[in-house]
Amino acid sequence: MSDIKNTIAARAAQELTDGQVINLGIGVPTLVANHVPPGVDVVIHSENGAVGVGPAPDALCSDPDRGNAGGAPITLIAGGSYFDSATSFGMIRGGHVDMTFLGTLQVDGEGNIASYEIPGKLVAGMGGAMDLLAGAKTVNVLTEHCSKDGSSKLVEKCTFPLTGAGEADVIITERALFRRHVDKGFVLEEVARGYTVDDIKACTDMDYTVSDAVKLNAYGLEE
Amino acid sequence: MNKVFPSAEAAIFDIEDGASILSGGFGLCGNPENLIRALHKKGVKDLTIISNNCGTDDYGLGILLKAGQVKKMVSSYVGENKNFEQQYLNGELEVELVPQGTLAERIRCGGAGIPAFYTPTAVGTMLAEGKEVREFDGREYLMEKGIRADFAIVNAWKGDRLGNLVYRKTARNFNPLCASAGRITIAEVEQLVDVGELDPDLIHTPGIFVNRVVQGEYYEKWIERRTVRPKPQA
Repeated sequence: MSDIKNTIAARAAQELTDGQVINLGIGVPTLVANHVPPGVDVVIHSENGAVGVGPAPDALCSDPDRGNAGGAPITLIAGGSYFDSATSFGMIRGGHVDMTFLGTLQVDGEGNIASYEIPGKLVAGMGGAMDLLAGAKTVNVLTEHCSKDGSSKLVEKCTFPLTGAGEADVIITERALFRRHVDKGFVLEEVARGYTVDDIKACTDMDYTVSDAVKLNAYGLEE
Repeated sequence: MNKVFPSAEAAIFDIEDGASILSGGFGLCGNPENLIRALHKKGVKDLTIISNNCGTDDYGLGILLKAGQVKKMVSSYVGENKNFEQQYLNGELEVELVPQGTLAERIRCGGAGIPAFYTPTAVGTMLAEGKEVREFDGREYLMEKGIRADFAIVNAWKGDRLGNLVYRKTARNFNPLCASAGRITIAEVEQLVDVGELDPDLIHTPGIFVNRVVQGEYYEKWIERRTVRPKPQA
């Protein structure tokens, strides 16, 4: 399980470029911080009111007044800062956050994302996700390819309430990477080790096309 | 001028059933714990609470929810609180889900005398239904309204008897916004200091926003998820 999560997070971290300001959602996206490539410096924004988030603290240094949006203690690197929630979301909507990574319940071929409610069953709330989808320049959706019952999370059309309409730019699962292009929608660009283009077709309900230059064995765990 | 009240109970003397209350705090960080406990003890009911979330089952605003004191929550996040989710799904609790950035800006605007504003957030989602959508420079935006409330309760690290406040680290979050938007704003401070002790350049909330100040009696300061290095993952 954690290997799947780290496979997704490690590939996602390859999307980072030096100097970016990024926001990491709860769950798998948080793991992206552990896989930042050498030579790439990124500034981590936490929507509850911090930029310059550093590694998790040692047990003795954890401070209840210093947490991330998931309620876990954080550290702040030199040069980091704290601010109120209106300033924080001004940064997000104002285009000062380059890239966001977040999980989802469903994502579809038009880039719609549904992540906060299964009507009648589960209500989490959108938290800051709607603002992040609308405001971040690039939205990376990190998700396991299928849910526990085996059904594709990459759906033909989202049926749960949307968190964002047409906002997903890149979808990264433990099996494949799809990138959305203005003219042709999502394109399958990479297939992870252990899967074929046909395997991806069999487990994906979302509309997409296959790149002429699709990379096989592009990422994932070594055999 | 002295805005200091002797206790949290005294500071909330006129919060009655049916009041609307803005509360600072994000998860369990930066909550006005002592004022929340005083509201719990007083037993006021049918409250409308505007706060990013509602604590957990047993901490923060969650204790008011558990005691059935809340009629309506205006929040961005329901997770981490079984009572919240259950009362909502059962229809016992009215819930207005508001995206976090929209909530923050609505409170900021309420306090700043701005009745409404346009945001790109939630365009094309269920939340846009029934709201004005307007195009600016080729992009669609939703109109959202400012929020004010009968009372605001906030937590600050340091404050003086004039109500000047300084917050600490990420415990700031919604506190300064809420402080500006309560018709009556009540601040509990962890350290009550003399007037003049706070550097005027570093005051986060000027005292004119604050009506009452109380020294917090004690702080539990819960940590919601204790994640430390090395990661205790199985």
